[in-house]
Amino acid sequence: MTVTSSRSAELTLPADDQILIKREFDAPKELVYKAFTTPELVKRWWHAKRGEMTVADIDLRVGGKWRYLMVLQCDDMSEAMEVGFHGEYLEIVPGERIVSTEIYEGLPQGVSEEEGATVNTATFTEERGRTTITILIQAPSKAARDAIIDSGMEAGLQDALDLLEETAKSLG
Amino acid sequence: MARAATTTDAFNAVAEPRRRQILDVLADGELPVNDVVRLVGLSQPQVSKHLRVLREVDAVDVREDGRQRFYRLNGEALKPIHDWIKSYEQTWTERFDRLDTVLEDLQKEGGNDRDE
Repeated sequence: MTVTSSRSAELTLPADDQILIKREFDAPKELVYKAFTTPELVKRWWHAKRGEMTVADIDLRVGGKWRYLMVLQCDDMSEAMEVGFHGEYLEIVPGERIVSTEIYEGLPQGVSEEEGATVNTATFTEERGRTTITILIQAPSKAARDAIIDSGMEAGLQDALDLLEETAKSLG
Repeated sequence: MARAATTTDAFNAVAEPRRRQILDVLADGELPVNDVVRLVGLSQPQVSKHLRVLREVDAVDVREDGRQRFYRLNGEALKPIHDWIKSYEQTWTERFDRLDTVLEDLQKEGGNDRDE
């Protein structure tokens, strides 16, 4: 039930309108950054085994756009489902920090992109050859974060839970 | 009412891994505090501290019966938050496990970029 492995991502909610994700990797910073920002590499890990990533557009410059599209495969869904996210890069410190907006393309009706957009700050820090990724997700308000949570559930995240739990167990 | 936001917000209360574990244990029904302590494998003071935070945001209810205190989950309102956080964390765990594999491959390749 509780994943005790130190490999699991650590999630905390530092404030009403924030989500923080943290994880250490056994690789130098430049490689982690490369895997994080190269479309062909992103396509190999971002899908979290829930489906196939069909789009990973990354225009890595301030003002540049990004877009990720994933086709979800779930046992209890008769049809495959597309889940998309996009945004814009606000700040880039190569190898160190990426600040970007993120908008879920299936926001509930009545929620505008401004209301639903988060500002995500990914930070890469290296110590003795190991790299920690920290992702701070800043929602415009508590209500917006709650809306993100609602939309995440609509996106069928719950349906993938069993599969994920199986996979997590097999990781040892 | 003017308590610190970090403990009065239900999301924050539920986000703490040990408190989520306590909520999992209570998901099957009411338990005396001693059983909670045994099932989560923490010390009694630690469990009491977490239960106090959960009570402050109405995530759990307490009932006294003689010298025993019984705790139970409070309402379905909390479950979606709890489920979502678990699911979200697992998504990122799975994502990062895949990223480990990608990084291993990159390190095996070393500086050898002859393919491109």
